[in-house]
Amino acid sequence: MCTVCGCGEGEVRIEKDGKTHGHSHDHGHHHDHSHDHDHDHGHHHHHGEHGDLDYGAGPAGTAVPGMSQGRMIQLETDILSKNNAYAADNRAFFSDHGILALNLVSSPGSGKTSLLVKTIEMLKGKLDASVIEGDQQTAADADRIRATGAPAIQINTGKGCHLDGHMVGHAVEHLAPADGSVVFIENVGNLVCPAAFDLGEAHKVVILSVTEGEDKPLKYPDMFAAADLMILNKTDLLPHLDFDVEAAIANARNINPAIKALKVSARSGEGMGGWIAWIEAARMMALAGHPLSDQAAAE
Amino acid sequence: MHEMAICESILGILKEQARAQKFDAVKRVRLEIGPLSGVEIEALKFGFDVVTRGSLAESAALEIVETQATAWCMPCGEAVTIAQRYDACPKCGSYQLQVTAGEELRIKELEVN
Repeated sequence: MCTVCGCGEGEVRIEKDGKTHGHSHDHGHHHDHSHDHDHDHGHHHHHGEHGDLDYGAGPAGTAVPGMSQGRMIQLETDILSKNNAYAADNRAFFSDHGILALNLVSSPGSGKTSLLVKTIEMLKGKLDASVIEGDQQTAADADRIRATGAPAIQINTGKGCHLDGHMVGHAVEHLAPADGSVVFIENVGNLVCPAAFDLGEAHKVVILSVTEGEDKPLKYPDMFAAADLMILNKTDLLPHLDFDVEAAIANARNINPAIKALKVSARSGEGMGGWIAWIEAARMMALAGHPLSDQAAAE
Repeated sequence: MHEMAICESILGILKEQARAQKFDAVKRVRLEIGPLSGVEIEALKFGFDVVTRGSLAESAALEIVETQATAWCMPCGEAVTIAQRYDACPKCGSYQLQVTAGEELRIKELEVN
C-alpha cells in the first residue's frame, strides 16, 4: 500500500509480479491512478522509509530577523527522478524478457525511418523486431513500419519535443514485444531534448546524415555524449557533397571517446551489414541470463 | 525546449512534497543546475513562471545555483575544470576526459508555508 495516499493493493494492477518495488511505476499499473502515488513513491526511495523528510524540515527562520516564518526543506532530489524511475522499470522489463531496446535519436530528416524500414527487412527471419514511433503529429511513420510487417505503435507527443520513460512504458505495454526480440524506439526528431530523458534503452544510437554538417557533434554535444553508436547515414550522397566523414567522426570522439561510428546508406544498402552485425551483437548482450540465450548462441 | 517538461517535473515534486509534508505554498525553490545538464537557465526561469501559474508555487522565487563542470583527464591522471563537453583538457589538450560533475539537475531545497 501507498503510505501517502493510502491506496490499497486491490486498486493496483501489476503486469509482472515481484521485480519492481510493490505497486509502483510498473507498466501494468493503471494510468490515472498511478500518477499520484508513482511520484510519491519514487521519492520515498530517495528519502527514507515513510515518505517523511524530517531532516531539516523543522521550523526555520523564526530566530532570524527578516527571514520568513516558513520552513526550509532539504530535498536534494533529481528533477528527472520520476522519469528515471519509469525508465528503470522499462529497463527491468526489457532485461527480464531478453529484449534489446534501442533509442534512435537524430535531427528531423536524417533518415531514421528509412533506415528502420531497411533494417527490419534485413532482420526478417533472424530477429523479431517491433517499433515505437515518436512524432509530434501523424501516424505516418508507424504506417511505414507496419508496411514491412513489423508491429509498430505511434506515440504523438503533441507539443512535446521528446519521448519520456512513462510514454514508452505504456507503448511497450500495448506493443507486447516477444521475448528475445528487438524494440526500436524512434525518438522525436530533435538533437537536444531526447538526450536528457532516459527511456530504459540499452543504447542510444544517434543518426547523422551526411547532408548535415560535420560539426553537428560539437553543436549538440549532449546527444553525442549520451550515444554509444553514431550512424552516418545517406553515404550514397557523399560524392555530391563536401561532407568530411573523418572530421565528423573525430568531432564525435572529442565529445565521447567511446562512441562507435558506422557509415551506412539505407538507400543503397552500403554499410548496412555492419549495422545489422552491431544489432545482433547487442542483442546477444541483452539476452544474457535469459533462457533463450543458449538457444540463440547455438543458432 | 524540454525546459517546460523539466518545470512540470519540478511542479510535480512540489505537489507531492506538499501532500507528504503538509504545506500549502512554496515561497522559494532552490535548484542546482550544472553546465552539462542540457538545460538553458533562462528558458527554465520562463518555463517555471508559466508552469507554476495558479499553483501552490505561483509566487515562489526561483533560485538557481550553477555548479561547475569537472572531468577526470586520463593522460594527466587528475581532475580538471571544463566549461563544455567538447573542451580539451586545459593542461595537456587531450580529449580523453571523463565528466565527473556538471550534469546536476536537482532541487536542493524549498522554503514553504
